[in-house]
Amino acid sequence: MFDGYTSSELMSIFAMQGFAGLSLFSVFVLMALGLTIIFGQMGVINMAHGEFMILGAYTTYLTSGFFQSYLPGLFGGYFFIAMILAFLVCAALGALVEWLMIRHLYHRPLDTLLATWGLSLIMQQAYRSIFGAREVGVDLPQWMLGAFNVTDLVQLPINGLFVMIIALSIAVGLYLLMYRSGYGRKVRAVVQNRPMAEAVGINSAGIDRATFALGCGIAGVAGAAFTMIGSTGPSSGQAYIVDTFLVVVFGGAQSLIGTIVSAFGISQAQSTMEFFLSGSMAKVLTLLVVIGILMLRPEGLMALKVRR
Amino acid sequence: MKTSSPLKWFASREGLYYLGLAALLVIILPLILDPFRLNMVGKYLTYAFVAIGLVMCWGKAGILSLGQGVFFGLGGYCMAMFLKLEASTPEATAIQSTPGIPDFMDWNQLTELPWFWEPFHSFSFTLLAVIGVPVLLAFVIGLAMFTRRVGGVYFAIITQAIAAVLTILIIGQQGFTGGVNGITDLQTLKGWDIRTDEARNILYFVCVGMLFLVLFVARFVQNSKLGRILVAMNAQETRVRFSGYDVAAFKIFVFCLAAAFAGVGGAMFTLIVGFMSPSFIGIVASIEMVIFCALGGRLSILGAVYGALLVNAAKSGFSESFPELWPFAMGALFIGVVLAFPNGMAGLYQTYVMPLEDKIFRRNKAKATAAPKPEATRPTADKTDDYDPIIDRYSPEKS
Repeated sequence: MFDGYTSSELMSIFAMQGFAGLSLFSVFVLMALGLTIIFGQMGVINMAHGEFMILGAYTTYLTSGFFQSYLPGLFGGYFFIAMILAFLVCAALGALVEWLMIRHLYHRPLDTLLATWGLSLIMQQAYRSIFGAREVGVDLPQWMLGAFNVTDLVQLPINGLFVMIIALSIAVGLYLLMYRSGYGRKVRAVVQNRPMAEAVGINSAGIDRATFALGCGIAGVAGAAFTMIGSTGPSSGQAYIVDTFLVVVFGGAQSLIGTIVSAFGISQAQSTMEFFLSGSMAKVLTLLVVIGILMLRPEGLMALKVRR
Repeated sequence: MKTSSPLKWFASREGLYYLGLAALLVIILPLILDPFRLNMVGKYLTYAFVAIGLVMCWGKAGILSLGQGVFFGLGGYCMAMFLKLEASTPEATAIQSTPGIPDFMDWNQLTELPWFWEPFHSFSFTLLAVIGVPVLLAFVIGLAMFTRRVGGVYFAIITQAIAAVLTILIIGQQGFTGGVNGITDLQTLKGWDIRTDEARNILYFVCVGMLFLVLFVARFVQNSKLGRILVAMNAQETRVRFSGYDVAAFKIFVFCLAAAFAGVGGAMFTLIVGFMSPSFIGIVASIEMVIFCALGGRLSILGAVYGALLVNAAKSGFSESFPELWPFAMGALFIGVVLAFPNGMAGLYQTYVMPLEDKIFRRNKAKATAAPKPEATRPTADKTDDYDPIIDRYSPEKS
């Protein structure tokens, strides 16, 4: 498929498609981070993760509308308020869902998949009834429009860059939370040995609820960021959920670094191949390669070496 | 579970269940439904094939495949390709720029038949492919996954991704597959018009016949030693492996069996509905197939049939009168079945109806000593009860 291109042309194609793939990378990272902590730490498959993300997006949409009508002077900074609101709304709903549903299913991981799929159907239809089937978008503040010109060929839109910065800072924040805080230490203790963690006085049920809420909250922030680069509709979340699960599994379920690396690899592979093949064939090839590698390395790229 | 003669078996409790289902499908439904509705029931029954496969694969052996739509679709597409070629004679397609190829290929500027379409001129090859292609794919997937001990959640996600790959491929390769519209305008099967009411009636009964064939195969497997190994594997895989059984081989077998059932179901679907399209086989469709099985009861092959019938009937009913409500109902179904009654309708039946039956049966037995001993056809204990949650969560096969 590389016939008829000189090597310098190929280089610039790769560079161009690489930059284009960065926005897909941000979406993958933002969605996958929330999933990773829920799936990797608790073994729960949250198929409604995409819908939590959309909830964050709708929260942002409402906030932006509120600022436009009542506080037009502060519109430039509405996004930061929206992000916090999205986190709180989604985390609250996440805690509720955990209490009503997930906590009864911890020893049946496959059943969490079915139950959360049902939840996702209900949430999708609720969005459709409340907000309508049409996609909604938000108006960007002035400072987010425009683009940096890196070279003649390569342009970086500011909103895309902004979303990427959010994605990376959430990743860093999550790393610090998981590996440098008391809460993170408790979470990892529960994951590694639940009865022993309980024996030393860790409230494992509380940790589970907090972790689930945190994962859902991150999904909400992801949704808020998502509105900056595209419009959202009731079923946009489902469009990404399978890809994102592959990202998580491919990276190794309990590894944050692995998640980021695999999100980068998959988004770049897809974006580069899109130039040479059709979009759908690029996606098929990427998924097939990922499935193939997963068959060779079922635990993912960067699995923790634990004796089971 | 050995029975000395078929007649005696039909008088046993399990035999009566099968007779009841047969009476419902062969006598009651055809009498009370008009041809259009009966055709719809036939369509629902084709999903029951998949659900029976899922009972064997997920309920018994604990392998949740979220990609059964793939096998359903492969079977369906194989049949559709044969029918399409039969409908695309040079005379019937004379207005095309290259007569003799299916119409959608002509629209997509294809001038000759792709190589993989060629064998589908032969009916016997098609019949073989309906089962062979899904089984072959299932075998390859199973071999790659189970020998590497990929299981549980990972297997579910990967099969789901495979379902995504297949639908994207079918939609993307419009010239070869008919794209998002699927393969439509199918007319005859070996010269026999499948669109008339009479043909649809006959196809319905053929479908019921095939369904019972599949039910008996599934029953044979679940009552054999192999079936008990599958159940044991689900509960304590490591112990079964240490007892010297090749766990991967059993898993591959049951996965292939489920794929074969799904392929037959898909082929019947194409015949009954008259076309095949990617919307019946994608991720959403595949996961709905799991709920047919879960609602009926994940441990009961007869329950799977009732589950497929009920969910689909409810879906048709709801979407006709309250299209808004159906997703809510479906979502509630998923959550309710999983949380409140994991063994589905069959489990409820067992808990509430069977004790009553026991009383009646016992009274009969007191009167006539020759009456057959009631047999429990399904494992009675909720299998999640004697699960060790710690082993379940931390053993590599289940994680």
